[in-house]
Amino acid sequence: MDIMPRWVDIIIVPLLSLFLAAFLSALLIIAIGESPIAALNLMIEGTLLRSAGWGYMLYYTTNFIFTGLAVSVAFHAALFNIGGEGQAMIGGLGVALVCLFIPWPHWTLAIVGASVGAALFGMIWAGLPAYLQAKRGSHIVITTIMFNFIAAGVLNFFLVDVLKPKGSMDPASANFPSTTHLPTFQDLASLFGFEKAFRSAPANVSFFIALLACVAVWYLIWRSPLGYEIRALGKSGPAARYAGVRPVKIIMIAMMISGALCGMMAINTTQGESERLILNFTEGAGFIGIAVALMGRSHPLGVLLAALLFGFLYQGGAELALWTKIPRELIVVIQALVILFTGALSLMVRAPLERFFMSLQKAKE
Amino acid sequence: MIDFLTLLQVLDSSLRLATPLLLVCLAGLFSERAGIFDIGLEGKLLAAAFVSAAFAAITGSVWLGLLAGILASIMLSLLHGLASITLRGDQIISGVAINFLAAGLTVVVAQDLFGQGGRTPPLKSGGRFEPINFPGATSSKGINDAGPLMQLYSELFSGHSLLVYVALLTVPLSWFILYKTRYGLRLRAVGENPAAVDTAGISVVGLRYSAVIIGGVLCGIAGAYIATSLQANFTKDMSAGRGFIALAALIFAKWRPWYALSACLLFGFFFAVDTRFQNILLPAWSLSGFLILIALGLLSYVWRKDYLDKVVLGGLALGISTIAIMIVFSVWNTGASSQIKIPVVFIQSLPYVLTVVVLAGFVGKAIPPRAGGQPYVKER
Amino acid sequence: MTKNPAIELRQISKSFGPVQANKDITIRVMPGTIHGIIGENGAGKSTLMSILYGFYKADAGEIFVDGKKISIPDSQAAIAAGIGMVFQHFKLVENFSVLENIILGAESGALLSPSLSKARAELAALAAEYELNVDPDSIIEDIGVGMQQRVEILKALYRQANILILDEPTGVLTPAEADQLFRILKRLREEGKTIILITHKLREIMDITDTVSVMRQGEMTATLRTDNTSPEDLAELMVGRKVLLRVDKTPAKPTKPVLEIQNLSMVDDFGVQRLKNINLTVKAGEILGIAGVAGNGQSELLQVLGGYSAATGIIKLNGSEIDLSTSVSGDGQARRALGMAHVPEDRQREGLIMDFMAWENAVFGYHREKSNQVNRFFMDNNAIRQETEEKMKRFDVRPPNPKLTAKNFSGGNQQKIVLAREIERNPDLLLVGQPTRGVDIGAIEFIHQQIVALRDQGKAILLISVELDEILSLSDRVLVMFDGAIMGERNPAKTNEKELGLLMAGVSEKAAQ
Repeated sequence: MDIMPRWVDIIIVPLLSLFLAAFLSALLIIAIGESPIAALNLMIEGTLLRSAGWGYMLYYTTNFIFTGLAVSVAFHAALFNIGGEGQAMIGGLGVALVCLFIPWPHWTLAIVGASVGAALFGMIWAGLPAYLQAKRGSHIVITTIMFNFIAAGVLNFFLVDVLKPKGSMDPASANFPSTTHLPTFQDLASLFGFEKAFRSAPANVSFFIALLACVAVWYLIWRSPLGYEIRALGKSGPAARYAGVRPVKIIMIAMMISGALCGMMAINTTQGESERLILNFTEGAGFIGIAVALMGRSHPLGVLLAALLFGFLYQGGAELALWTKIPRELIVVIQALVILFTGALSLMVRAPLERFFMSLQKAKE
Repeated sequence: MIDFLTLLQVLDSSLRLATPLLLVCLAGLFSERAGIFDIGLEGKLLAAAFVSAAFAAITGSVWLGLLAGILASIMLSLLHGLASITLRGDQIISGVAINFLAAGLTVVVAQDLFGQGGRTPPLKSGGRFEPINFPGATSSKGINDAGPLMQLYSELFSGHSLLVYVALLTVPLSWFILYKTRYGLRLRAVGENPAAVDTAGISVVGLRYSAVIIGGVLCGIAGAYIATSLQANFTKDMSAGRGFIALAALIFAKWRPWYALSACLLFGFFFAVDTRFQNILLPAWSLSGFLILIALGLLSYVWRKDYLDKVVLGGLALGISTIAIMIVFSVWNTGASSQIKIPVVFIQSLPYVLTVVVLAGFVGKAIPPRAGGQPYVKER
Repeated sequence: MTKNPAIELRQISKSFGPVQANKDITIRVMPGTIHGIIGENGAGKSTLMSILYGFYKADAGEIFVDGKKISIPDSQAAIAAGIGMVFQHFKLVENFSVLENIILGAESGALLSPSLSKARAELAALAAEYELNVDPDSIIEDIGVGMQQRVEILKALYRQANILILDEPTGVLTPAEADQLFRILKRLREEGKTIILITHKLREIMDITDTVSVMRQGEMTATLRTDNTSPEDLAELMVGRKVLLRVDKTPAKPTKPVLEIQNLSMVDDFGVQRLKNINLTVKAGEILGIAGVAGNGQSELLQVLGGYSAATGIIKLNGSEIDLSTSVSGDGQARRALGMAHVPEDRQREGLIMDFMAWENAVFGYHREKSNQVNRFFMDNNAIRQETEEKMKRFDVRPPNPKLTAKNFSGGNQQKIVLAREIERNPDLLLVGQPTRGVDIGAIEFIHQQIVALRDQGKAILLISVELDEILSLSDRVLVMFDGAIMGERNPAKTNEKELGLLMAGVSEKAAQ
């Protein structure tokens, strides 16, 4: 028998991990000489009580949904895609090439084109490590880390030597034509007469694409025969072999889907926010995807919730940095603690819970 | 052509830049040889850099700084040990968490202590490791007029921080420990087959903990080096991916100490070239010829392989030959020079590309310790 | 004065969770003898010896060495007590030299080179004394398994072991290597060492041991002097006289051949030949049983037929030849489409995904079939769930809840889920491996009935089992496998356990008559 009921595993364990992370962070805030309660209030005020705060939060959330889903899909195949950062960078390159060199008549078409470009580029960038894992047995964690650095080099080259407009000093591409600009939440709200809502916040329509991606990944993983095979291989190699599932094929497909999702993050940051390709636009979102996927138990709904949480933390963290002595990096600490407790130290969190439920069962008998 | 002194200066800076890589690489070597993957080298390096700079800034003693840096790094090693040895958790996830923990905590604490935007104040003379000048070495003023031997002696051998020499000494020491002592034999065995160690009556857990602690010490020294020698203060994210480059060097070195020295010097050289020169000129014809050769090599390899090999490696060959043709074309067009400018970013990326090539096993397959990454559980 | 036994175990018990691996085991072995422990796989032999070597801790019981009671909390204590063990899977560091492996854990000082030179000298002495020649500087992965085994023996002797335990030592050896090993063991006995030999091969027991204990299902059933016993007696003790579960069945009416195998051979990843020239035919409407002690090639035969191990030879399914070269990349689904179904030997490792729910497992291997899909891209989960629930009821799976995870069912119910999946596909050929391993009595009967019912529908069934009863009560024809080859065919109505037991132990047909 399972020792713990399912809901404990899905809800209590992540929440407990989050609580532990929050508790340690609160100690840190006290050590700095600030009040954790006041800090939390400030975060809520700056994020949830203002529409612009929501606008920023959902902008971050969009990124984290994409990268969190990407890491999740790979996790289902028992692969650790630590290369989201690089795949997103190359995806950004795809977005830039599509937006700059194809004359789009309207943003609705441009976003489709840019999504395809981003996904394709991200897919190719994840495909090589996947191939090396599937056919040559090269450890995918190491190769994807290397590909992150190589991607940074490639992006740098394109921005400095290829895409930079003549006379510009900034390592960035030219601005995308205005027909490719995506409507922000502010634009959308204005349509309904709320001119003041979401003022100057970067959240844009790609948030809805991220939601669509959640649904798509949910269908893929839990409804399609392909997702079934991905999960089967991830859970048990020998069983997958028995059922005639081909590991090479599944590793390739899972990683390429993962890469495509990471790449699509760029439609939010590059097409949606900066409207040109810049250096460091990923801002570590590829890595945050790991925390999001772990926290969200690799389930699209969990990923969505975890992405919202991290979006809140990132926007709230910016508020803290603005008004208190607490620097933004506190969020990175929280993120580390979440990864630690939900991932590496999960046994530490689970073991006491399991003992508790065991004694509960004994008491029943 | 560049002159001898310039070459020496590049080599000198290669050595400086290779030093932290070398220490971290050896840290990874001990850990991975014992079967514990360590993605968290970067985090330990960063944490040690901060703690050593902070202690050196506060106490004014670089030695206390070094000690504190080592202790901080060991603490993170123990965390990694707790997660991956005692609790049998995922070593990769634990490493990732440690990297974030260090990246976040260093800035938060630095901001709280010094209020300078996540930096420490510049270290005064007692808080830094000063260059050691060998007897008779020419000062930097006289270097231009000195003879080649004197230049070699003064520029390359003399004038480094103590920790550079420590790092260099660590190589033979690691080699000795690993291959000439009982401890080294057991350490290598536990990374290859922990069951053999266990049935021989030796504690797998104890050995693995000792290995990650050694790794912690070496990362600690490396961190102190970058914050108190290479630079004279701590700045946010100053490890700058060195932990990952060291990991690449470790694979490149096939988990061996002397190879690690060469790999780190090579990677250090790439970075020195990168900082010294803006662009590198290479003869276009031979470069494109070289690329075409690689493409042909790939094509001949995939000739009898299956569909997937053909698509991936064939595509790669196509990409490489396209670049080669573009090089030829651009030279043809401009006509003037047969040399092509190589952007420095490619030199920067070389360590990673080389590592992937080695990992792929097309050139000199790198075989990691066989029990690496798996927690040891007695089989039924 | 009577001599103390070199080793004595009293009332040792050990369980892993709900499985009792050893029950009240008592053994006495006199010094300077070779003692055999024989029993089927899973009888608890290895567990018992691992306890003696400090690898596991016994739940209860006492251990005496040379008449003194000792406790063995870890391998270090076992080594100190003069016990050495050669595990079935060698515990050697593959890329170390012979010498390095020998001194590992028994170094004489902190520096390596004095230890190595000391060991080199001692190794030469040991080699001379026991005729155990090994090149001390060879790397383990470069030398054959026979040599590796010698290294393991030398490792024990170097640690001054007086008691040497060997767990299934001939499993990986060629007959010639095995003979050589036995010469070495005899030599060790002459020098006064005590040897415990764990095996499931009768011939080895008869050839070399002085005394023998028989284990069955975690219990010690008998301890005998080898001179006073015969292979027939041992075979009976080993297999046991269980209550025969008679299955009501009419005589078979075999028709056309469904599965034809010609000259099938297979070499595994380690270069060991696992299948040797197998020829057999299974006809529609019959059950062909393959008997044999586990580890004699039956598992490999199933893997090759199931489409996930490469082999050479010819396999024909319904008259059309199967391309064996595609097996490497996984050909299971294509073969299922041709009318093959497969109940694998190990349901927890292969047959089910333990973290999947029952309904997900109910289409495993068939998940791409049209009947399970709404369209090319989506599986019809609701229909699958519903169908699974009905199937679970028909097969009496308890509880019949398709949303329960596989690992939460008992062994028998897990097996019924697998069986329901494979039988309800209405296959032309059913491969069944160990259908009732770890299954309770009630479920065994049900499973047997289902298999016979499928036969009566005119389907071909290939049954592989290490349970002799099962083979005898279900099969219409019986083949016996030993060491990767077919030893002979028997009619289950006209043979008995003794005869089959001898064949299973590799005693040839002539000797059996």
